[in-house]
Amino acid sequence: MVRKTVESSIAIAEAVKNCEPDVVACYPITPSTHIAETLAKFYADGELKNFIATESEFASISCICGASAAGGRAFSTTSSQGLALMHEVVYAAAGMRLPVVMVVGNRALSAPLNIWCDHQDSIAERDSGWIQLYCESSQEGVDSAIQAFKIAESTMLPTMVGVDGFYLTHTVEPLDIPTMEEVRKFLPKFQPQVRLDPENPISMGEYALPDTYQSFREDVHKDNLAAKSRIVEVDKEFEQMFGRGHGGLAQGYKSDDADYVFLAMGSVIGNAKEAVDELRAKGKKVGVVKIRSFRPFPEEEVRKLLEGKKHVAVFEKSYSMGSFAPVYADVINSLYSLKKRPVVSSFIGGLGGKDVPVKTVLEIFKTIRKREHMRIWV
Amino acid sequence: MEEYFSPGHTACAGCGMPIVIRHALDVIGKDVIVVNATSCLEIVSSAYPKSAWGVPYIHSLFENSGAIAAGAVASLRVQGNDHTKLVIFAGDGSTYDIGFGVLSGMLERNDDVLYICYDNEAYMNTGNQRSGSTPFGAATTTSPAGKVKHGKTQWKKPIAEIVAAHKIPYVATASIGYMADFENKVRKAKDLKGARFILVLSPCVTGWNYDSAKTIELAKLAVDTGLWMLYEIEDGKFKLSHRPQQFKAVADYLRMQSRFKHLNEDEIKFIQEHVNKTWAEMK
Repeated sequence: MVRKTVESSIAIAEAVKNCEPDVVACYPITPSTHIAETLAKFYADGELKNFIATESEFASISCICGASAAGGRAFSTTSSQGLALMHEVVYAAAGMRLPVVMVVGNRALSAPLNIWCDHQDSIAERDSGWIQLYCESSQEGVDSAIQAFKIAESTMLPTMVGVDGFYLTHTVEPLDIPTMEEVRKFLPKFQPQVRLDPENPISMGEYALPDTYQSFREDVHKDNLAAKSRIVEVDKEFEQMFGRGHGGLAQGYKSDDADYVFLAMGSVIGNAKEAVDELRAKGKKVGVVKIRSFRPFPEEEVRKLLEGKKHVAVFEKSYSMGSFAPVYADVINSLYSLKKRPVVSSFIGGLGGKDVPVKTVLEIFKTIRKREHMRIWV
Repeated sequence: MEEYFSPGHTACAGCGMPIVIRHALDVIGKDVIVVNATSCLEIVSSAYPKSAWGVPYIHSLFENSGAIAAGAVASLRVQGNDHTKLVIFAGDGSTYDIGFGVLSGMLERNDDVLYICYDNEAYMNTGNQRSGSTPFGAATTTSPAGKVKHGKTQWKKPIAEIVAAHKIPYVATASIGYMADFENKVRKAKDLKGARFILVLSPCVTGWNYDSAKTIELAKLAVDTGLWMLYEIEDGKFKLSHRPQQFKAVADYLRMQSRFKHLNEDEIKFIQEHVNKTWAEMK
């Protein structure tokens, strides 16, 4: 492992390079551009096998799907509008069971135009069949990029790693980057069961009639759910090898005996932990629950982590216009089978880079201690 | 001889497209991966769990075959396979219109792919809507012959010229009415490196609405009237493949197809003059 004080994007790119992808295809978009640029430089320096600078994000994801179908390990990175432009291919990649990996520098969607962080870009792809991991820290971004290849290639499901735009793409901090030799021990060579091969011709991406279409979709759903155990295993294997894990599917922080819990995804978890430490010092029984895997959604883990709590604040940087916030809705559904359910409130905030300081988390804790159920934008 | 595109596909009787595919694959052989844009071809050849393909085949979406092929060939080469050819079969809708940006990206990068567009001059898979390829005057369901407008009011997009402007190693036009010429062009293109493009005219029985026994005759007549020019642009050098000794009247071609039946004498004359002018500029 090499410790470097670098911009997170550079460390993520180096981690991806050390996974030895056969094909990387990228198109620039803030805030994921630096990952693409760094990979392009690796290619120019002869350290990466291939780099395709495409004419659009739509082409980038199509290129990596073609590369994967031909038996190669493939990677791309994007954000926001880029991911939205990829949308059609995002669904096709999952349906065709192409285990490609993408790092998404999470960013708000237009309009209005905004380049800063929220989760709406990848949340808008939540139903596609992709595995979606959301990272708390830059180090988790680096490590999850490596884990993603192992998860994807063993489940044959494409995997998306969400790193909060700017917070986890542009910060400079000391980061531990597994070397190529170390990654080789962790990540086996990609050897797909089926691929495009003239020696053994198969047809991929066929068209399905009403008598078969649904069963393809059901398979993706079931396999996505079944990937839960794989995500946990891979994180454990990573921890054994590198000395740090990132919480598998979901993880509590001082939440065991807590009455009040702040549940969220992404970099806001850092501030939430600080707020909890502050309140714990004053004797308040508060805790944090971090959702790392949003797809598959860790229903059982969430139920276990939240059972017996008085009031849970689900804070999220995403929305579903005209309905319940996405993470909130999944938490509520997960708790429905409990006889005694905690009160769960929805807080939408941090959209388009709106700051969510420790103070905001403290206010949310104050609010849920005082008030009944609510669904508000903060 | 082995067939790489099997009987049992569900293309219409008289469809030009399977003729394009069979003859192209006969020339290219089995060391190939076929990438197919969403089209009639995908529908007639790949309804799960059946497949007409005797070579590896991938269909992804309507407008991304250029990028699927670019990624696939990059992947093969990195894995040490320097021989398998990547061939795209796409219709005019995905080539001229919706996949145009992706095609341009593939051409600009000079990806090692042979792109064969079977051109039936409209969105036939959805039931005959106008595309950038639909010729002037042709009636489609979205360029109908009405009281005021008589079919498509624009000329066909000069896609082969636009492709050639990317300065790729090889561009050619062909027609299934001149099969030896088409096969020769595929034979030449298959062994070149980089991006190669062949545009082949492929009549559509239902969209053009003609007697299904006359597909080849019609594809030949398109060339003999001068409406469809056969040429190659190799390393930037233009070479006419065929100049009809005696041009037939465009009316002979137009009158065989219901898509042009609404055209009056003046309109046919207008098209004839356009063809005459195009060929006059060729001298």
